[in-house]
Amino acid sequence: MAEDVVLMKGNEAIARAAIRTGVDAYFGYPITPQSEVLETLAEEKPWETTGMVVLQAESEVAAINMVYGGAATGKKVFTSSSSPGVSLKQEGISYIAGAELPCVIVNVMRGGPGLGTIQPSQADYFQSTKGGGHGDYHLIVLAPSSVQEMADFVDLAFDLAFKYRNPALILSDGVIGQMMEKVVLPPMRPRRTEEEIIAQCPWAANGKRKGRGPNIITSLELDSAIMEQRNIHLQAKYKEISENEVRFEEINCEDAEYLIVAFGSCARIAQKAIEIARNEGIKVGILRPITLWPFPSKEIERLSHQMKGILSVELNAGQMVEDVQLAVKNGVKVEYFGRMGGIVPDPDEVVNALKEKLMK
Amino acid sequence: MTEEIIIAGFGGQGVLSMGKILAYSALMEGKEVTWMPAYGPEQRGGTANVTVIISEERISSPILSSYDTAIILNQPSMAKFENKIKPGGTLIYDGYGISEPPTRKDINVYRIDAMDAAAEMNNMKAFNMIVLGGLLKLHPIVEIESVLKGLRKTLPERHHHLIPMNEVAIRKGMEIIRPQE
Repeated sequence: MAEDVVLMKGNEAIARAAIRTGVDAYFGYPITPQSEVLETLAEEKPWETTGMVVLQAESEVAAINMVYGGAATGKKVFTSSSSPGVSLKQEGISYIAGAELPCVIVNVMRGGPGLGTIQPSQADYFQSTKGGGHGDYHLIVLAPSSVQEMADFVDLAFDLAFKYRNPALILSDGVIGQMMEKVVLPPMRPRRTEEEIIAQCPWAANGKRKGRGPNIITSLELDSAIMEQRNIHLQAKYKEISENEVRFEEINCEDAEYLIVAFGSCARIAQKAIEIARNEGIKVGILRPITLWPFPSKEIERLSHQMKGILSVELNAGQMVEDVQLAVKNGVKVEYFGRMGGIVPDPDEVVNALKEKLMK
Repeated sequence: MTEEIIIAGFGGQGVLSMGKILAYSALMEGKEVTWMPAYGPEQRGGTANVTVIISEERISSPILSSYDTAIILNQPSMAKFENKIKPGGTLIYDGYGISEPPTRKDINVYRIDAMDAAAEMNNMKAFNMIVLGGLLKLHPIVEIESVLKGLRKTLPERHHHLIPMNEVAIRKGMEIIRPQE
């Protein structure tokens, strides 16, 4: 066995991957089912090794505004929370998107609305992909479906965030956060030096230097003509992201007559469901969106032509199914199956839903 | 070969730890593994359970409809999981925790008086390792050596002196597990 294969929870993988990939700071506030992110960071004490700052803020609102400040200096900063806490962060997230700052936000979703339950959910799909805070903006949304992806997506999220100067969201849930699996952590990499940050982030407010004016970070612009131009610029950026950054996985789609669209924990449950269904002779495949925004609409449209029906499986009342319906243009039946409030369906329930909703 | 296991009992019985030790042991043998706990308020005195899947191949769902093996340590868990064992599967229960034994005839039922054995050993904390020993007797999913290696790797050094006791407990479990009468 390779020495670097380890067993850990998804939440722990996020924390360890952040330390190893040279993240500068974490600001957070505990909430189930994501508290192990902060706990692991506190245990690992990266401030003694890499110099990474780990701070438990007085609230989620404070934490996201610390992220705003840290990101403005070009540092790699992130925060994590679960659904109610992420709702509290939305104002700050909108400001960060408006100010075009790179940062990473992790949401290990639990059932809502309100304080809801601590059990797994995917009911923040709309919040994550359609805005969440006020104004016309998008987050880049990555949906890990394994502990390995929890580890891998930290670096990927930061890469995308810095590439586009845009906040990136890792949208996970209580299943992926709490379960343990094998994981290979990314290799240890030092934090960037001040010089490297200055070179990479000429926009950062990290001290005025000769040869340029002051860098001002703000989302405020009282002149509507300028504000409209800023929006036009943002929309052009979102278009570029949509064209270049769609990520997805196709599972057993080659001969499929039915398609399940599912992300995160539901994609894992769906994999067992298609094993069961294929044993019964039902040809079914999975399209797993890895980016929820930008959404793999074109890929779903392409696959829809060979399908007799498409089932969106989600831990909510049917949110992603709307994006699937928008993607499919040829009248192929698109249905939804899901459970709510922290209940996670088992693979048999998914197979039964497939038969009930698409094959009757 | 894939082994799909549910371990269920009261919070505090070491259900999650037993699953964790099993998972680490499988890791030591280079197998694929998922450990999915029912997390939350049920850990405070209510029922606790964990699904452990060990396989030679990539594991799809960490959430299952049915199980190859169920280790059931209290009555509420019996009500919840007896019917979710695959026909031909295995049910192990602790004689002390279960007042109404399982009734299914299409599965292999074993009883292990682990609570009594732990009391005899004067070490209630050995309970879950005794049960684990019983499981490994029936299904040698992992080697004892892998379990001990896993313990050495995961326990803080200050607890390493407890590892021999764990081995004794595992061997005790192997000795006392028996088919349901």
